Amino acid sequence: MLDQVLYAIPFLLPGLLVTIEVSLITVAISTVIGVALGVGLVYGQWPLRWAIRGFSDIIRGIPILVLLFFVYYGLPLTGINLNNFAAAVLGLTIFKIAQVIEYVRGAIESVPRGQMDAAKSIGLPFHERLAYVIAPQALRRFLPPWLNGVTDAVKGSALISLLGVGDLLFGIQKVVGRTYEPLALYCFGALVYFALNYALSLASRALERRFSYIRE
Amino acid sequence: MSGKPTGATPLLRIKGVQKSFGSTHVLRGIDLDVARGEVVTIIGPSGGGKTTLLRCVNFLETYDRGSITIDGAEVGYRDGEARKRRTETDLARMRAETGMVFQLFNLFPHLTAAQNITLGLTRVRGLGRAEAGDKAMHWLKRVGLADKAGHLPSELSGGQQQRVGIARAVAMEPKILLLDEITSALDPELIGEVLDVVLSLAADGMTMLIVTHEIGFARDASHRIVFMAEGTVGAEAPPAEIFSPNQPNERLRSFLGRFSAAHRL
Ligand SMILES: Nc1ncnc2c1ncn2[C@@H]1O[C@H](COP(=O)(O)OP(=O)(O)OP(=O)(O)O)[C@@H](O)[C@H]1O
Ligand SMILES: [Mg+2]
Repeated sequence: MLDQVLYAIPFLLPGLLVTIEVSLITVAISTVIGVALGVGLVYGQWPLRWAIRGFSDIIRGIPILVLLFFVYYGLPLTGINLNNFAAAVLGLTIFKIAQVIEYVRGAIESVPRGQMDAAKSIGLPFHERLAYVIAPQALRRFLPPWLNGVTDAVKGSALISLLGVGDLLFGIQKVVGRTYEPLALYCFGALVYFALNYALSLASRALERRFSYIRE
Repeated sequence: MSGKPTGATPLLRIKGVQKSFGSTHVLRGIDLDVARGEVVTIIGPSGGGKTTLLRCVNFLETYDRGSITIDGAEVGYRDGEARKRRTETDLARMRAETGMVFQLFNLFPHLTAAQNITLGLTRVRGLGRAEAGDKAMHWLKRVGLADKAGHLPSELSGGQQQRVGIARAVAMEPKILLLDEITSALDPELIGEVLDVVLSLAADGMTMLIVTHEIGFARDASHRIVFMAEGTVGAEAPPAEIFSPNQPNERLRSFLGRFSAAHRL
């Protein structure tokens, strides 16, 4: 059984890299866009707020797998053809953006209203109020769910093997198909996912400690 | 306080200001002038609109009707164009001219006492770091907190936090300082140290519009006292007249009466 696992490792390595790559891209893009839209949701004019609220509610109400299939199989019907890697990244990113929007909203709303008043009263314009007063305080509330979301992204990325993207799970399935040793290989696969996420959660705990000095 | 300043045109001019929150008509046509160097105190029953009026003066709150001008410039709305909101840059520039001290201090909790003061100096006033630091130190000394410069607000007492709040506001060298019940969240033994700072600013000629429930302080610190109730100015006079037993305003007399009963003044 150990033989099987050792045999599989070289085949799984590229898949592991794809899983990491997809997770990284998804997290990076969704964070940038999600933060911008989250700020828009809290501070925007009503048409903008309304649009972002609608987007977030709809996306969060759809199972992630349905979203992936929609992007991969549905978009080509509108003339947008994406290869399976791009479709996978797009689907996961859209899903994650909706989550980040809600983390940002919750984090900003956790900052007492008086902070914005005080920042206004010393004459800071909007972007500086955000950068120097609201963001540093909101960050502490934003980090824990966001870091959780990073592990979710790694786990959720396993779904993209269903689009034929050669990620870690896809690699495992290929080796299983050759060796007929599902139990050992899936156990090994679970272990690799776990190791990856455990490393992430250790890193995130360190990061949270780093920002815990900010008190009310 | 004696020697009421006499300016030709008032620094702050509030004319016919009205404001509603939904169906609650909170300000029902307020007229109030504050001259340069003058200390004006607003007293009155809870819910009368005192906080709302103060917040309108630096546009933390919009107002529906009337006009508020500081040095002739309309607050919040563009001059000459009725009800057209100023741009964000414009609003920020105007707000820097009015300092505000809050009931709950509202210090920035992630910044030290000194950084609370330098933030506006560097970002808004464009001072260099060293210059801003010197200025922060000067004001911290002035409020008796030179040794607390490197402390976070959470490491300070309420009275100390509020003195940093005052230093943060005056360091910007605003044309007028707005103070909204700045001692009402403090333990009684800490109130004196904060009011002393305000008195020393008044002695320096700082223009101030104050809301307070400290009736004794209002009497000692103000050139003029304004009694506000139910969104209107009920009476407006120097302290001696306001507290005179012959005060003609019935509501004011009963308001003050309740006070002296409660506080055994
Ligand atoms: N943001 C708001 N939304 C709705 N109503 C408000 C808001 N702010 C104030 N009000 C209402 O406006 C009225 C006046 O409130 P305001 O805080 O100005 O009174 P105040 O004179 O400062 O009272 P106090 O002495 O208790 O501080 C109150 O009835 C209050 O409930
Ligand atoms: Mg009030």
